[in-house]
Amino acid sequence: MFATQRTAVAFKGLKALSAKTAMRSMASQAASTMPGAFNAKKNANGNYTVTLIPGDGIGPEISESVVKIYKAAGVPIEWEPVSVTPVLKNGKVAIPDEALHSVKKNTVALKGPLATPIGKGHVSLNLTLRRTFNLYANVRPCKSVVGFKTPYDNVDTVLIRENTEGEYSGIEHEVVDGVVQSIKLITKDASDRCARYAFHYAKETGRNRVTAVHKANIMKLSDGLFLSSCQEVAREFPEVKFDDLLLDRACLQIVQDPSIYADTVMVMPNLYGDILSDMSAGLIGGLGLTPSGNIGRDASIFEAVHGTAPDIAGQDKANPTALLFSSVLMLRHMSLNSFADQIEKATLKVIADGKVLTGDLGGRSTNTEFTNAIISEL
Amino acid sequence: MLRTISLSKSLTSTLTKMGPRAMSTTSILPQVQDVPSSKLGGRYTVTLIPGDGIGQETSSAVKTIFKAANVPVDWEQFDVSGYTSADDLTFKQSVESLRRNKVGLKGILYTPVSSLGHSSFNVTIRKDLDMYASLVLCKNIPGYPTRHEGVDFAIIRENTEGEYSGLEHQSYPGVVESLKVITRTKSERIARFAFDFALRNNRKKVTCIHKANIMKLADGLFLNTCREVSKEYASSGIKFDDMIVDNASMQLVSKPQQFDVMVMPNLYGNIVSNVGAGLVGGPGIVPGCNIGREYAMFEPGCRHVGKDIQGRNSANPSAMILSSVMMLRHLGLDDHANKIANAVSKTIMGGAVKTPDMGGSSTTTDFTFAVISNL
Repeated sequence: MFATQRTAVAFKGLKALSAKTAMRSMASQAASTMPGAFNAKKNANGNYTVTLIPGDGIGPEISESVVKIYKAAGVPIEWEPVSVTPVLKNGKVAIPDEALHSVKKNTVALKGPLATPIGKGHVSLNLTLRRTFNLYANVRPCKSVVGFKTPYDNVDTVLIRENTEGEYSGIEHEVVDGVVQSIKLITKDASDRCARYAFHYAKETGRNRVTAVHKANIMKLSDGLFLSSCQEVAREFPEVKFDDLLLDRACLQIVQDPSIYADTVMVMPNLYGDILSDMSAGLIGGLGLTPSGNIGRDASIFEAVHGTAPDIAGQDKANPTALLFSSVLMLRHMSLNSFADQIEKATLKVIADGKVLTGDLGGRSTNTEFTNAIISEL
Repeated sequence: MLRTISLSKSLTSTLTKMGPRAMSTTSILPQVQDVPSSKLGGRYTVTLIPGDGIGQETSSAVKTIFKAANVPVDWEQFDVSGYTSADDLTFKQSVESLRRNKVGLKGILYTPVSSLGHSSFNVTIRKDLDMYASLVLCKNIPGYPTRHEGVDFAIIRENTEGEYSGLEHQSYPGVVESLKVITRTKSERIARFAFDFALRNNRKKVTCIHKANIMKLADGLFLNTCREVSKEYASSGIKFDDMIVDNASMQLVSKPQQFDVMVMPNLYGNIVSNVGAGLVGGPGIVPGCNIGREYAMFEPGCRHVGKDIQGRNSANPSAMILSSVMMLRHLGLDDHANKIANAVSKTIMGGAVKTPDMGGSSTTTDFTFAVISNL
């Protein structure tokens, strides 16, 4: 029984080899073992369906901008807007079923900022989405935007963060009054799949180097396991270089000279990734310009990580760049690279020209004007 | 619930010695109980652990300068290295020496990454002698411009628990747990240290850095304890606020001027002090110290071994020299401290002698001699 199965697999492998070049078959093999690699089918109209979660505050306005730009660019995507406003289900607060089903079906979603309900007993919506779809890796590229001056103009980092465990395991207890233990959980499975995604991403984007960031000199077992998982996965990708770096040095060097990380993909456990990704965003001017993607086993969700900005909501003042760049990351995930390049280029051009800018970028234009300017650059 | 930790006598005396905050080392350290009294002929004995990497080079810079400036300090030097396991005995002797002398100057010891390697000597010393507070001063140095101007903040980091508890185990193959321990007692004393430091150094605000939105119990305890302690200092006009660590890192690289005194658990301290050092010019210029109730050990604030530039005579010894200046102030040798601090300041201001990290090509030795000639 087992033997026949194995022969069948081997035979298929051989056929693939004869059909394609050896290189390509290896690439497709790596892609297929990648949990969360995009493989949805186009619908009857020849388009992909993508779930759109506009979110709260400025979310609907900036989502509208993205939709308009995509229409103008002719991106083969049909949006399926859903609301994730929590509903009561069996006495518990939960995300509406339609939203979950939509994401599950389409396997890819774009999401605006969500307001976190304040009060006890609420599990954050982000956390629910992360758990439901096994969003195990968070991708955060940060690239200096020409036209928006910060003390740094040579930033081009990519950071991949393990998203399900580590310091954020949520396992904590008070042993006796005044003594608390919080457990950082590192598992081989989670470390492996995160590392594998990092190598996959490096290969896809042509960066060709992966750098693991850790503190294994102090946390020898936990960070040690993360590091050794990365080292093991590295062997599956002989064409991608691998090195590792102490957290101390990573923090120091990113601040001093971020350009030394322009050719690598940094991969790290949860907390370090949380801190370093926001810090990298700080280098290029904050969360209003940085995209984020959550890669999962069952679906991948791309999102703007900035707040809902309730103070300017509904006034057509919001800057849609972060959501737009997140959608560009999504297009690359879907292998729609030419559309991604086109939209990214148009957006960067508008910001670099500096004529039509929203308030946060130092201009006076409305979101609508900014969006139209991008469309005219397409 | 909160115990009041009695302040030492020496504090009151140091208060009167407060001078202008010219160099980043002119800070008054709160809560050290025993400042050693001088021994024979007004001389002090200090434990010196040069450390790995650039430690030997930067330590010998300090020794040369101390000699030239006639500083009444005798060294008890221990050449410990983290690269060999044969140094366990020397390491023990160095800790004993520190216990005796109560004051030390130290470079950074290498810690192997391998799980079979020894645990960090650096952490062991701090824990064994209960030097619970790490103090790192990040301030722009005149004559050495960086991307950010007007940076001047102090990082106070809990040194003995948190993520560095060293308690780890594999509960099942491929599943590892690492314990982060936060206690009210230790959180309270570091919070007090931070507020006392703010008070004695004329600082206005203490910011607690944490991740209590996720680690609700552990970081929650740290934050709440800081908040409790802050109430006692409200009458002295020191403000208190808090910031989540990821936001703090983002703020540090975009608007570092907003920070004054920052207090935080162990691991965040590692991150923030490296970011802070990066803002003002790197590990070569940022001094630091570790303080407990009985012992004080001075070491470069940014704790890098510097293996990559070891033995090239290219390291910037400023961090080590300024750490030793902090030590001199701790010993009450303020005249010597000022003299050396001014000489370093003058050397950097002059701009003729710069080590490679500052964009020059001078050697460690050149820099040392320049400092001596400016004494």
